Amino acid sequence: MHSIYKRTTAALAMSVALVVPAYAELTGELRIFLDTSNPAPRATMEAMIDRFAEQHPGLEIETTVIDREAYKTQIRNFLTADTPDVATWYAANRMKPYVEAGLFEDVSDLWAEPEIAENLASTKGAMTIDGKQWGVPYTYYQWGVYYRKDIFDELGLSEPTTWEEELANCQKIVDSGRACYTIGTKFLWTAGGWFDYLNMRTNGFDFHQQLANGEVSWEDDRVKQTFANWKQLIDMGAFIDNHQTYSWQEALPFMVNGEAAAYLMGNFAVAPLREAGLSDDQLDFYQFVAINPDVELAEDAPTDTFHIPSNASNKEAAREFLRFVVSADEQTEINNGSNLGQLPVNAKSSVDNDKFLNQGFEMLSSNSPGGVAQFWDRDAPAEMAKVSMEGFQEFMVKPDNADKILAKLERARQRIYDN
Amino acid sequence: MSAVDTPEQESWFHRNQQRIAPWLFLAPGLLFFMVYVIIPVFQSFNLSLYEWDGLGSAEYVGFRNYEDLYWEWVDRDAFFVSLKNNLIWLILYLAAIPAGLFIALFLNQTVWGIRLYKSLFFFPFVISQVVVGLVFTWFYDPTFGLLNEFLGVFGIEPLNVLGDERFVTYGIIFAGLWPQTAYCMILYLTGLNAVDPEQIEAGRLDGAKGARMLWHIILPQLRPATFIAFVVTIIGALRSFDLISIMTQGGPFGSSRVLAYYMFEVALSEYGFRMGYGAAIAVILFLIMLCFIAYFLWSMYREERGH
Repeated sequence: MHSIYKRTTAALAMSVALVVPAYAELTGELRIFLDTSNPAPRATMEAMIDRFAEQHPGLEIETTVIDREAYKTQIRNFLTADTPDVATWYAANRMKPYVEAGLFEDVSDLWAEPEIAENLASTKGAMTIDGKQWGVPYTYYQWGVYYRKDIFDELGLSEPTTWEEELANCQKIVDSGRACYTIGTKFLWTAGGWFDYLNMRTNGFDFHQQLANGEVSWEDDRVKQTFANWKQLIDMGAFIDNHQTYSWQEALPFMVNGEAAAYLMGNFAVAPLREAGLSDDQLDFYQFVAINPDVELAEDAPTDTFHIPSNASNKEAAREFLRFVVSADEQTEINNGSNLGQLPVNAKSSVDNDKFLNQGFEMLSSNSPGGVAQFWDRDAPAEMAKVSMEGFQEFMVKPDNADKILAKLERARQRIYDN
Repeated sequence: MSAVDTPEQESWFHRNQQRIAPWLFLAPGLLFFMVYVIIPVFQSFNLSLYEWDGLGSAEYVGFRNYEDLYWEWVDRDAFFVSLKNNLIWLILYLAAIPAGLFIALFLNQTVWGIRLYKSLFFFPFVISQVVVGLVFTWFYDPTFGLLNEFLGVFGIEPLNVLGDERFVTYGIIFAGLWPQTAYCMILYLTGLNAVDPEQIEAGRLDGAKGARMLWHIILPQLRPATFIAFVVTIIGALRSFDLISIMTQGGPFGSSRVLAYYMFEVALSEYGFRMGYGAAIAVILFLIMLCFIAYFLWSMYREERGH
């Protein structure tokens, strides 16, 4: 069924291309480097590139898939030597070193085209540095609280919306002998997610970004308030023990076995939870609760992106490929449940009929007035992200060290942003 | 007597053959040693005076990187922790030498199947450090690890060895001792083969046995093995990297870092790319190693001259 469907869409795309021969015939070689090395995303990307190739038979496309982790270091080499025409990467501060070194092509011209300007407005901010756009997004996903609905039902709890409800819920869960949240902080970034939400809810999106940009002291009272809120949860035993020894995957069984009731995570956690045997009746999602009623809700929604390296040789074809990737139909196709299972970046695309994708899409499009953050380790400079996430981990293990940790982060801030 | 007349006609190469030949044989080795070891050492020194993210242009900052390291030392920050852990590694890792000697003495007997026992004891050195790290990570696991199951039998509270900044370094060193002991054991086993039986006989006639025999007769003959075991253990302790990377990634909150891992983290990991700073750490590590290397070279030189 699936392959027939794919073939029909391909044929459809072909016929559209035949009917509307608006594009000049592209020739030459197009080299694409991908970091989508996991089996499902890899197949999705390769199928998408095949569809692009069918539209442009004159183009010789060469695709290279590199292991996702290895890609993070290899990109430094291939942007300067033996450069591809298109490469994947991440939005916001994560692309800044390459933008500043002049290694990414300015694609503001693409963003000026009405097709993109109108439909991709929501992610424009994440792609903008110095008032110019440096790439296009191809997928993003929501963060939020994934919880065990059956446990909530058993304890007579409902989805909380305020901090008081959250604390009351958590107290009941703890009293029932479970932890409220599972988390694995061995690789640090999961603690960054908690900090993102607690700080954005306590002090708002703008303050959070100022902190990421090094404009506010870590010893500011507002930051201390964020940590005080966090401490409330830690002190009541909301998090599983020994989280500093686990990766995020190793923390999943606690939720599957019912030893923890919820997980603050990105939407990518749904697939392994389902595979582990949790049905959609057992698993549900809610938006992270409001803490300070005076600040607008803001969300984390990390965006993955395509860029054209400055040293690319076939920039014309590369631009065409970027247009193709963000087109409404392609966005619908590659982000559906049987492919990436994430959210399309094009406003005209349709979201796949998946419970979590629908909730996430609605949350991000209508209930995130404060703004959309990328994630702590993409918004803050790499060095600050590393030091601070280590501090968050230490804080989650030893909440009484808060002042010492914040003093250390403040010292790091003065050194890092000074340069 | 024509041979006396010809020397002037011999080519320069022929005349100097004796002196040139050794250099020719050494040339490939020297060339690669220069390109891959000596020159990079000086490049690192040079790089440590710059601030460079690996992409843009490098900015000369003088001794700023070393100054930052000094302040990290003063603040008891990452650099201090790394250096302290390096010291703990250096001292505790030496335990592999007596442990290896003990096992070697124990295995140095002729009973049926001793080869099998020997290879079983040598096994941990053969398997990859990555596997050793994984095995010990599971062993220490706070919820289902063997260690805590074992402690539970005696009613002792579960211990999160790799999640507690007080125990983590010792936990990793213990894992590292497993293969290192096997290595020292093999060195001593070969050394024991070369022990002169006549000296043992003579010692026995003079009434030596047990510890006195070991200390006065066996150990002096094992000196070459001890020396090599010492060298490989010190070097192994200073470049302890794989186990830390596999077991904790330097965590929890950076308390199990050593200099080698810190250098990698700062210069090459996902959040790193401060090449100059990494180079400065590498220089410090090099200077520490240099003390030992100088000592080893000196004692080898003395040995050579003695013969």
